[in-house]
Amino acid sequence: MADVTTLQYTAEHEWVLVDGDTATVGITSYAADKLGDVVFVELPQPGATLAEGSIVGEIESTKSVGELFAPVNGEVVEANDAVVSDPSLVNSDPFGEGWLIKVKFTELPALLNHTEYTALVGE
Amino acid sequence: MTDSSPTDRTSPLHDIHVAGGASFTDFAGWQMPVSYGSDLAEHHAVRTAAGIFDISHMAEILVSGTDAAAFLDFALAGRLSAIGAYQAKYSLLLDESGGIIDDLVVYRLGDEVFFVVANAGNRGPVVEALTKRVAGFDSVTVDDQSDDIALIAVQGPASRSILEATSAITELAVPLDELKYYWSTDAFFDGSALLVGRTGYTGEDGFELYITADRAAELWQALVEAGADKGLIPAGLASRDTLRLEAGMPLYGHELGLDTFPAQAGLGRVVNLKKEDDFVGRSAVEAGPPEGARVLVGLTTEGRRAGRAGYPVVTESAEVGVITSGALSPTLGYPVAMAYVDPSVVEAGDPLFIDVRGTRIPATVVTLPFYKRASN
Repeated sequence: MADVTTLQYTAEHEWVLVDGDTATVGITSYAADKLGDVVFVELPQPGATLAEGSIVGEIESTKSVGELFAPVNGEVVEANDAVVSDPSLVNSDPFGEGWLIKVKFTELPALLNHTEYTALVGE
Repeated sequence: MTDSSPTDRTSPLHDIHVAGGASFTDFAGWQMPVSYGSDLAEHHAVRTAAGIFDISHMAEILVSGTDAAAFLDFALAGRLSAIGAYQAKYSLLLDESGGIIDDLVVYRLGDEVFFVVANAGNRGPVVEALTKRVAGFDSVTVDDQSDDIALIAVQGPASRSILEATSAITELAVPLDELKYYWSTDAFFDGSALLVGRTGYTGEDGFELYITADRAAELWQALVEAGADKGLIPAGLASRDTLRLEAGMPLYGHELGLDTFPAQAGLGRVVNLKKEDDFVGRSAVEAGPPEGARVLVGLTTEGRRAGRAGYPVVTESAEVGVITSGALSPTLGYPVAMAYVDPSVVEAGDPLFIDVRGTRIPATVVTLPFYKRASN
């Protein structure tokens, strides 16, 4: 599991782990808790081009549907097939095995740091 | 909490839920537990062992007096005078035009005493309608006791053994192994009066326990302790919703509303047109819904993407309905939904699809309920 204090965040409750020109993206434990048990995940496939802020995937729980917003412009280099076959990983390990996609980007937009994000969700 | 503004009411069990790690949801102005961690685990516990639910937000209205039975025959769509003491009956409160003000469970507690349980969100309209309709009936009183009564549901195949193991529940007028489904019995919990109904909203065997609000926490704890080695876990409104959906039970505001005739919702059997006396909504119900009015059906789909309330139901060429409730069924493993659909396409057997955010997924019309427990 990633060190949450070093991650960056979006207001749509995604976390972003930057390594060079690649961003690993998932949803936060706050978002996972709000959704409830996740039962279906649909992700963009490798090669897909993402536009920052657009809806690129879906995370469904028994009771509601959450959308995955692209936190950066870029190209998907990997989608987490493990989470597609076992969506409960989003609940059990949202910052680790429950990661969703890896995106190759050229420029990183302004994102929230951990302090700003925790202030946003009031936790 | 001392402040109970209309959008922030809490149950007498609120502190227990907080201590138990519940997350909360606003439901009809109440902050109620939505889950204690995993709604799927709570759902499966009810199907395989038992779950305990706080549904104290429900409204309880005591109707009593000489003409109470005749009054309810007039005020509600069912023939409440026909049920015996301690029997329960599912019924509907209709308006003059046949629309559904609420669906209710009525327990008869004596010749002249009935206990009406309404949805939390409809407490006001139900009390208002009953109070208004009481005019002309002798010495009938309508007493909204909702604030004083807590309601705890224990649901699942292990429910009976859990209640039997709760030593502080005593003096059952009817032993639980003799209490039939949709009957109730008086009892005591550590000296306080308790009403135990063999009723529920999950499609499993189970009980609903009504007790004065100030004893609710103790009753909850006693049940939890008695159920600890029987697989009982606290369960929230998220699992309650998927359980009732699998059981094909309607939820007011989704399958039922003022714009819904009972017959459209498949509840024609709840309306007793054979009863001799008039009741509110009778002439409208007799005239029936308009020709071609949409009817409630069950739909199943393949894959794992569920149809949700508000999603369209379509044929190859037209929109023919709308989903009112839907989820990936935890018990069955495939998506299920209830939907209002044009009857002509159902009768013709036209291929149907649900429109899941732009993707058409083939749907099959099935008979409700989706899930039925094995008979005892």
